[in-house]
Amino acid sequence: MHDYSKVLPQATPETQPYWDGLKEGKLMLQRNKQTGRAYFPPRPFDPRDPFAEVEWFEASGKGRLLSYVISHRPPPGFEAPFAIAVVETDEGIKMMTNIIDCPQTPEALQLDMRLELAPTKVNDEITLPTWRPAKEA
Amino acid sequence: MPKPGSVAIVGAAELVSPEGRFPELSQLGLHAKAAIMAMKEAGLKPSDIDGVACAGASPTEVAFYLGITPTYVDGTAVGGCSFMIHVRHAVAAIESGLAKTVLITHGESGRSGIGRGGFGFARQSLNAQFEGWTGPMGPPTMFTVPVLRYMKTYGVTEEHLAMVAVVQREYAARNPNAMMKDPITIEDVLNSRMIAYPFRLLMCCLVTDGGGALILTSADRAKDFPTKPVYVLGTGESVETPMVSQMEDFTSSRAFRVAGPRAFQEAGITHDDVDHLMIYDAFAHLPLYGLEDLGFVGRGEAAQFIWEGNTRANGKLPLNTNGGGLSYTHSGMYGMYALQESVRQCRGTAPAQIPGVKVSVAHGVGGMFAASGTVVLSNERP
Repeated sequence: MHDYSKVLPQATPETQPYWDGLKEGKLMLQRNKQTGRAYFPPRPFDPRDPFAEVEWFEASGKGRLLSYVISHRPPPGFEAPFAIAVVETDEGIKMMTNIIDCPQTPEALQLDMRLELAPTKVNDEITLPTWRPAKEA
Repeated sequence: MPKPGSVAIVGAAELVSPEGRFPELSQLGLHAKAAIMAMKEAGLKPSDIDGVACAGASPTEVAFYLGITPTYVDGTAVGGCSFMIHVRHAVAAIESGLAKTVLITHGESGRSGIGRGGFGFARQSLNAQFEGWTGPMGPPTMFTVPVLRYMKTYGVTEEHLAMVAVVQREYAARNPNAMMKDPITIEDVLNSRMIAYPFRLLMCCLVTDGGGALILTSADRAKDFPTKPVYVLGTGESVETPMVSQMEDFTSSRAFRVAGPRAFQEAGITHDDVDHLMIYDAFAHLPLYGLEDLGFVGRGEAAQFIWEGNTRANGKLPLNTNGGGLSYTHSGMYGMYALQESVRQCRGTAPAQIPGVKVSVAHGVGGMFAASGTVVLSNERP
């Protein structure tokens, strides 16, 4: 468990399944039942078609590094430099995240590199959706 | 749709100091002082104002503090481009008779922090749940997140980003109120402190105190005022997302692509008509996105356009002629200062005046690619 002194997320009724999934190491996303297309962040309707039926599903937990910065301004609970990154998951949604198990350098963090979900447990309520370089390509 | 030039700016005042500080004024005090300066310039009293718009304070606070009884208020607060959007709404309000004379104010104790509301998100907000926990420390570590993708897509280098800062410093050197006036080189920029890779200190905006105010009325009344009227030809606005990570495209802003063309269309102008351009530059990448999303250059061409000197004072499209947020001033919500420079360029009173300006465009961003507002101004009524 991390020693977190930062402000942590708190689930809402709409996002509870997402945060519950992470506690079990799963990335739960929502998709339009008809089109199969995923969307993010969670909400009880598909923004492309708010009248369509939607469902939760367990996402692949795989993606690619879309973009990032390496911050030299650490807030409490962080050691600089550290990357603030965006992963594009194989389901096509974008998530801001931190990349763990990886040097926080431009050389190690190559755009489009494969990433996999590697959640970080903070406390009994919150496990954060951190990502790491994929073990297999 | 309002007719181009049906409303004019008849009062404009700005609070910017080379020290970047107004330690004697609260944030509300900055709103009020700028408003009083603009009223003085226009020869108006608070009782002559019947519309109030502002961001960073509520219109209730500003109206009360200044003794105004408005029939129209606009508290649109979508970040630094709120003032462009206030202009857009004021035009509509004046055209439809909601108000005759609208005051738009800005005041921000960004550096001294006097009477400034807190930032931060509730733990259940979208931002806290889906971005905040990753450790951003304000815009330098968030607004910059999409840029590596842009750079990879178009082969844009750190030198290109540095050049944006270099060219704007040339303008700031001519501006007595600019906080940063000493010339800089690309090397200086690339040797400055790393803030959030690939962004270095000199690619990031200043942090200052400041304020500004504009007074708008119908163009038919504008000739009765002491200053040269600056006509509003067209305006645009849009929003995309409160979270930079959820932008549809990391190489382009949807809000820019909606607001910009809408303003041009309302104004009935083409790019060739634009003599002077302001693109809100909280960071060095914003002029690149702005030039492309507004259609002044093709996709991926903005960095080279600036590199070749096209945005310099003697270039074909002078850009950010006050020195911009990078070198002039940036209190947090910069849009008011961009508008003020467009007004000065149209009046012919800018420190780095571009000869023969007839049409100026001020393009703003709000939040981190969250919102946008565009205003097309001219010293000629169509």
